[in-house]
Amino acid sequence: MAHVETRAAARQPQSQTQRSVLRLPRRRPSWRLLVLLAGALVFLFPFYYMVVGSLQTRDNTGLSGVLPNPGNLTLANYQHIDQAIDLGRSLVNSGIFTGGVIFGTIVFGSLAGYALAQLHFRGKGLLFNTMLLVQIVPFQLLTIPLYVLIVRDYGLADSYLGMILPFAINSTAVFVFRQYFLQIPRELFEAARIDGANELQIVVRVALPLIRPALLTAGLLTFIGPWNEFLWPFLVTKQQSMEPLAVSLSNYITTVSAQAANPSGAILAGACVLAAPAVGLFLLFQRHFVSTNLGSGVKG
Amino acid sequence: MNQVTVPKPPGRARRLAALVGRQPVGMVFSAPYAVFLAVVFAYPLGLAVWISFHRYFFAAPGATVNRPFVGLSNYTEVLSDPAVRQAFGNIVVFLLVNVPLTVLLSLVLATALNAAIPFRRFFRISYYVPYVTASVAVVGVWLFLFNSTGLVDHVLGPLAPKPSWLVNSHLAMPSIAVFVTWKQLGFYILLYLAALQNVPKELYESAAVDGASRWRSFWSVTVPGVRPATTLVVLLSLVTGANLFTEPYLLTGGGGPAGASTSPVLLMYQQGIEQNHPDIASALGVLLIIGVLIIALINRRFLERD
Repeated sequence: MAHVETRAAARQPQSQTQRSVLRLPRRRPSWRLLVLLAGALVFLFPFYYMVVGSLQTRDNTGLSGVLPNPGNLTLANYQHIDQAIDLGRSLVNSGIFTGGVIFGTIVFGSLAGYALAQLHFRGKGLLFNTMLLVQIVPFQLLTIPLYVLIVRDYGLADSYLGMILPFAINSTAVFVFRQYFLQIPRELFEAARIDGANELQIVVRVALPLIRPALLTAGLLTFIGPWNEFLWPFLVTKQQSMEPLAVSLSNYITTVSAQAANPSGAILAGACVLAAPAVGLFLLFQRHFVSTNLGSGVKG
Repeated sequence: MNQVTVPKPPGRARRLAALVGRQPVGMVFSAPYAVFLAVVFAYPLGLAVWISFHRYFFAAPGATVNRPFVGLSNYTEVLSDPAVRQAFGNIVVFLLVNVPLTVLLSLVLATALNAAIPFRRFFRISYYVPYVTASVAVVGVWLFLFNSTGLVDHVLGPLAPKPSWLVNSHLAMPSIAVFVTWKQLGFYILLYLAALQNVPKELYESAAVDGASRWRSFWSVTVPGVRPATTLVVLLSLVTGANLFTEPYLLTGGGGPAGASTSPVLLMYQQGIEQNHPDIASALGVLLIIGVLIIALINRRFLERD
């Protein structure tokens, strides 16, 4: 639900901005800029520190450690963390877990979103209300029964299916799909029906191509869920070879980090590897969103 | 299949439409999602309630075990457990720090961002980056920054708290609250930024005509104008609070010191899975779900009154 408003935020500011330019005297932006710069520093510094810390031979937690010292730089921390938790294997596990969720969400979520937006069928109201309810009740509160069902009853411990199942269709993405499909004029679909297309053809050939930006939005917001998820894969996996990176890194933090020469360096190296795909994809998608949706809005 | 291409006798079509809807293919399209919701939401919800009323534990595979009905005894056990009370108290501390900080900072930053300023896109991206990053990854940095020999205590020097942030029973939970505020703030900033677009410009103009100061017009026009967004922010913060697990598990080493930063979900994990009391953990989960739903309702009524 909230993600939609995020998108709206990305799209709307231009009009207000233009108004603000007319309304505000010239000197106003200075305090704004100061506040915003202070904010950006607070938000970005930990990421900067993460990268610098991951490259230090010996950890330097003093003020001088903030600036990278050429004599104290190394990639050894990445080797340490790779030996300890097998980064490649963990990344593959994270990728399969995340990929499965994105696949389920795009395929089944878009079908459900289309049905909720454009079709009239029995049970629609119930399905819509359940979709909203699911987004209010935190998944974590259902951990115990899900663990009983998936791990104990179905025997899906240490399997990708068990990892994916509780996240298989992202309800927020279904909501996003529905919102986008609602914006398409009904007449378009009626016309396709008159031309003899069946509903599945309408979804694949007419509806989905029209909501391509929604596929991106849904893909991105679905990606960060399982990629960053910790509790559920932590419960499902017992073998290290099945652990996604968030789990193997966390296990490293809580158990074996004491044995490494520079434990913080190794942890930060692992953190960089875990953070990089999500941050990278976000930057990429962000640019795309801005260029397609904001157009030539704000000239900074 | 539908009324446009397949003409049917009107009476029969109407009766059929009343039974399955005008486009029953919608049931087929939404079936996977409906089954998904039934399997991972509705059924587990029912199972949680069932487990919470029975004596339940994990047995060896294949073993048949007796799971007698025990009434409310799991609930009384949960409610009389001092650790549970402490965890709920911790969530209150979390919310007292997190909610005002989130509302204040995100509203201020959204207001500052809501203008033609240089590097606008850079700011928006930088605020949002923590939100898309895994908790486990950023917790790693915060551990490094906030431990007793970390950069923050180095900078503070003699002003650094003793014991340090994450091992201090008074500061552990507020530290987690600040961490979560930092991580989620970008999301709330965008929420407020969207809400600011809906505040009528005329209100600012009439406030200016009436001679209101900037501060005054912020307080009397902006703040009431974004109230629906504030409702959502408060609601989502409550949900986050009820959800906390990764942060107390990793940042304060399992809710330490001495349970000062335990969260209910961490307790559910410890009791339900580590100590094999899923019945008690389920009772706790059911109470939390009821709590979240009640608070969501109250919140709606209270903040969206006008």
